[in-house]
Amino acid sequence: MLWEAIRLAFTAIIRNKLRSFLTVLGVVIGVAAVIAMVTVGAGSSAQVKASVERLGTNVLVLRPGRVRMGPPTGEPSPRFTLKDAAALYELPIVAYVAPQSSSSFPVVAGNANTSSQVTGTTAEYLQVQNWPLALGRSFEPGEEASGAGVCILGQTVRDKLFGSSDPLGETVRLRGLACQVIGVLSARGAGSFGQDQDEVVLIPIKAMHRRLQGDTEVGSISIALLKSVESVDGIRAVQNLLRERREIAIGEGDNFSVTDMKDFNSLLSGVNSVMTGLLSAVAAVSLLVGGIGIMNIMLVSVTERTREIGIRLAVGASGGQVLTQFLVEAIVLSVLGGCLGIVVGLALAWGGSIFLAVPFTPSAMIVALAFGFSAVVGVVFGYFPARRAARMDPIEALRHQ
Amino acid sequence: MPTPLIDFRNVTRTYGAGEAEVRALEGISLTIQPGEFVAIMGPSGSGKSTAMNIIGCLDRPSSGEYLFQGIPVQGLDQDRRALLRRHALGFVFQGFNLLARQSALENVELPLIYKGLPKAQREAMARDALRKVGLEGREGHDPSQLSGGQQQRVAIARALAGGPSMILADEPTGNLDSARSHEIMHLLQALNRDEGITVVMVTHEEAIAAYAKRLMVFTDGHLTRDEPVMGRA
Repeated sequence: MLWEAIRLAFTAIIRNKLRSFLTVLGVVIGVAAVIAMVTVGAGSSAQVKASVERLGTNVLVLRPGRVRMGPPTGEPSPRFTLKDAAALYELPIVAYVAPQSSSSFPVVAGNANTSSQVTGTTAEYLQVQNWPLALGRSFEPGEEASGAGVCILGQTVRDKLFGSSDPLGETVRLRGLACQVIGVLSARGAGSFGQDQDEVVLIPIKAMHRRLQGDTEVGSISIALLKSVESVDGIRAVQNLLRERREIAIGEGDNFSVTDMKDFNSLLSGVNSVMTGLLSAVAAVSLLVGGIGIMNIMLVSVTERTREIGIRLAVGASGGQVLTQFLVEAIVLSVLGGCLGIVVGLALAWGGSIFLAVPFTPSAMIVALAFGFSAVVGVVFGYFPARRAARMDPIEALRHQ
Repeated sequence: MPTPLIDFRNVTRTYGAGEAEVRALEGISLTIQPGEFVAIMGPSGSGKSTAMNIIGCLDRPSSGEYLFQGIPVQGLDQDRRALLRRHALGFVFQGFNLLARQSALENVELPLIYKGLPKAQREAMARDALRKVGLEGREGHDPSQLSGGQQQRVAIARALAGGPSMILADEPTGNLDSARSHEIMHLLQALNRDEGITVVMVTHEEAIAAYAKRLMVFTDGHLTRDEPVMGRA
């Protein structure tokens, strides 16, 4: 009997293909939205987690200026210098220190040119970032001390300027600075905000200061703590040292900030889960609307098929059997919509993850949940029309034109 | 005397209430024995259709008693009456009432689905019923591909398929021309004679009623004539 009802449901749905499709569109959109949002959300959370693991959790980033809300005050915060970096290096809890100063510049090699982030830093940057080289070597102490014209290219810059040919020993021009390529970084992919981390050129920070920037300011300092050190202790030690160096009186606030990468990443995944929650709420509303659409069309269908219902009742169908038939039809309709929604949602998530450069991580659990939820929509919104069909008076129904 | 198939004891049926109350049947008592072929006649509004609906367990008496095969029907709810229809009754309507987009075979299978029979058995029984009404070879045709007479044969096959004790025919020839009407009546007569199926039929044509063995005439909610049919049969 149930099998018969399912077969009948498919017959009825196929008979009205366009109507059935339009009816389930709401469910399709709702399910697709849930699947796409949750899948992309899970992918970006996974990426954040991966970047935390890659960086190591005990990396601190030191930036000038206080962390505060509201409009900026007129008075600029003092910048860091290379002396600050050297002083930090003296702390016993510090493993590596990398001062950084970055700007965007055009990069030219022969006929090829592109634009890239250029970061002046030291060889320890690669240790702090846990970023191995794919080719060549890092800066040598002599090159760092003299601010020599040497550079290490990110994969994207290398691809744009040299394609697959060997860039080592070639010369690239950064505005006025000619530098020899000594190394190529391994590919790293997109960062937490979707930016391309491989679009970068590293040069010695003194070359940056003298040849490109024209001053000796350091934008930020990354510090890798020793593995045995808790990040809270590290933050406190760095704060104390800097307050001392900057002669900040007790009771006065810091004019710099120390961020633990862990804080940053938990903030990111918090934002992610809020977004996922909001979009899921939108999707739930869409499913509700979809369910009402199914109820509406099932009511129309029951009225249209009054005579058929009369015939079925006359030949001996019980109210329960008629109810089953229409309820199964609503469920089949809704579940078909759900399946279509799963396919569309996964396709959107796949496209979205490529666009946002996050990993595509479909979850069987969420697919099963969407499937189950669409079946529930069918039951809830199919019940009322089906009950109306089941309660028809056979005499009246047979008389219906 | 065996248990009558149909036993009406002072059956009334009223519609509406108060001022608007309409009394369709005013205390009818009648019995029909297994194997009878009864024609019911009467002008419209005489209560014959109401009586047919009650006999067919589609409706219930407002008062009085209706025993079908000794079972008091007036106390049965919709689903229990559906069960009676499923197992003991077959319906033939004036307008055929076939499911439009289903083949002749599927239409005949319909009551057997509700009996919960497996597909293979249903198909065999439906083919057998279609053969009995002379539609062998038309199993796959839709109602739209069949003539009126053929459609009514499909309807009769549907009524017949489940092996009912009684077939109820409401103006079975009302939509057919004279030649087709007589074919259908011969078929019903043969089923009554050869299969022993009780037939109760409503008609307003004397010539059609003449196929029955017994004639009842309703007038204004009363049974005014009840006599054996003389002559041809």
